Amino acid sequence: MAAPEKAAAGPEPVITARDVAMRYGRRTVFKDVTFEVRRGEIFVILGGSGCGKSTLLKLLIGLMPPSEGDISVLGDEWAKLEGEARRHLLQRIGVMWQSGALLGSLTLSENVELPIEAHSHLPAAARALVASAKLGLVGLGDALDRLPAEISGGMLKRAGIARAMALDPEILFLDEPSAGLDPITSAGLDQLILSLARETGTTFVVVTHELQSILAIGDRCIMLDKDAQGMIAEGDPKKLRDESEHPTVRAFFRREAM
Amino acid sequence: MKPGTPGVHGPARMPSDMFSAETRDGRLHLRFSGPLDRAAAAARWDEAHRAARDARAVTLDAGEVTALDSGGAALLVSLAGDEAEWVEPRDPAAQGTLDRFRKGLGTARPSGPRHLRFRPVTALGAYTLGRYHKFLERAAFMGDTILTTIGLLPRPWRLRWAEVLRHLDEAGTQAFPLCILLGTLIGVILAFQSSVPMRQFGATIFIPQLVGISLTRELGPLLAGVILAGRTGSAYAAELGTMRVNEEVDALKTMGLDPTAWLVVPRILASTLVMPALSMVMNITGLIGMSIVMATLGFPPVAVLNQLEQWMSVGDLAGGLAKSAAFGLAIGYVGCRAGLSAGRGPRAVGDAATGAVVGGIVALVLLDGLFAILFFRLGW
Repeated sequence: MAAPEKAAAGPEPVITARDVAMRYGRRTVFKDVTFEVRRGEIFVILGGSGCGKSTLLKLLIGLMPPSEGDISVLGDEWAKLEGEARRHLLQRIGVMWQSGALLGSLTLSENVELPIEAHSHLPAAARALVASAKLGLVGLGDALDRLPAEISGGMLKRAGIARAMALDPEILFLDEPSAGLDPITSAGLDQLILSLARETGTTFVVVTHELQSILAIGDRCIMLDKDAQGMIAEGDPKKLRDESEHPTVRAFFRREAM
Repeated sequence: MKPGTPGVHGPARMPSDMFSAETRDGRLHLRFSGPLDRAAAAARWDEAHRAARDARAVTLDAGEVTALDSGGAALLVSLAGDEAEWVEPRDPAAQGTLDRFRKGLGTARPSGPRHLRFRPVTALGAYTLGRYHKFLERAAFMGDTILTTIGLLPRPWRLRWAEVLRHLDEAGTQAFPLCILLGTLIGVILAFQSSVPMRQFGATIFIPQLVGISLTRELGPLLAGVILAGRTGSAYAAELGTMRVNEEVDALKTMGLDPTAWLVVPRILASTLVMPALSMVMNITGLIGMSIVMATLGFPPVAVLNQLEQWMSVGDLAGGLAKSAAFGLAIGYVGCRAGLSAGRGPRAVGDAATGAVVGGIVALVLLDGLFAILFFRLGW
């Protein structure tokens, strides 16, 4: 049976979140969060501090289950995946943590080789070659043998992206990629994300509250709000900036105090 | 990773026409076709490299490769070397992957193994300088602690007494259950162990003074010191080390607060005050343990008490307790110093905690030796 309607609707969704809620005890972080991320787009999860952006990211990458609702990633629900099936899905996604989260006792090259070693039978020479290429792509070609303690914050984040890309994932999740970086490094990182998305067709899910970064790279976004305990906006960030009537969304994009 | 490691996907089974190697006109033609992903690359890696090992000239035909990932690109690039002729993939996505891989590799410069040459004189010099700087650092810390403490003596209200109480509770009352358990067991063990040789001489009645004197003069303070070094010294180092890594110590300095008065002195004072109490708990519970063993050997508690009263002096107890306070001072000091001199990086806090425990126990034994000589000279 053909599915002409699906083809006509554009790229297929790779992540679907439906009525997702997260609660810690009695405290509700967010509820009724529903959205789709389509293949090949740069999707931004934005919002102020403490609105649950990073929590939502942890739900999307299967680190913890939502209190309510369903999350499907590349057609699979984390809750229903175990063992080999879960490992298979983990190979298809990559995560860059806010601080890079590189293992301190391993060199950058060894850090990038780690997921390749865990998920393939490639020999050491092949793994080293892939790690060199990935680190070269993020501009760390001359720091292969450096330890994480020996490099700067911006380099750590770029190395984190290289490690996340090690297995050529279909979806890359980035947690606050430009937070705490100088404008030049931050803009360089945005360029890197844009070029990777356009050249490789990788889907990006970026958690950030850096306004310039959101406008520079985001195809679509959702905005979470602490007071509303959920989503208050969805769509193209530039359109939201220019057209949204919601006071919090307007204040966020215009950098106004509330 | 070894083949067969649990959970790793097995290499993909590939049709035999995906890879071929043939020599034509003195040139090795390596031809790949179909999807070349990391599983396929892993399966073909050895075979392809064996074929290419002795070839003088290589043509790498990837024209029919329909899908490529980084693993496949690594195989192609590793086979090509610098002078191979390429037939590029016709599939645009595969070509894109290969181009990106080459671009990434183009900027990569492996720096080679570290510390390639061992230079003994340089290493010795670096070590000596390192030790010298460490010595200076330690001397500065000791001087700073002494001066700050002296400065606080006429103004004791400036000390954070709430912090002292918190540390007294953490290092003292929370350690009591462990001290009670260990003290009782040590008393029982000493009494049982000594009963065997003492019985041969008909001297079982003297077990109370043997255990009593060794506990109050030596074992009580020493074991309480080991507990303090393991529980509290390491906790001081970990807490202060984390504060240093998080720049909380620098924050205190910029607020005009002296980290030594704020963080170090309350901890050292607490560990100094708490040690005699811990030793006392060890002594009492040890004697109770010994009394239980004596009861099983047929000596009632009154007989045990009489023996202790007759043979033990207040000096034994006082000497042990004074020694304990000195142990507490040393352990607290070593813990704080280890924490505040912690380096950067994820291992720094762990290293500081290890240094605190090892340094604390070494200081404990050294001080114990000094006290042994001192008490001997004084005739105590």
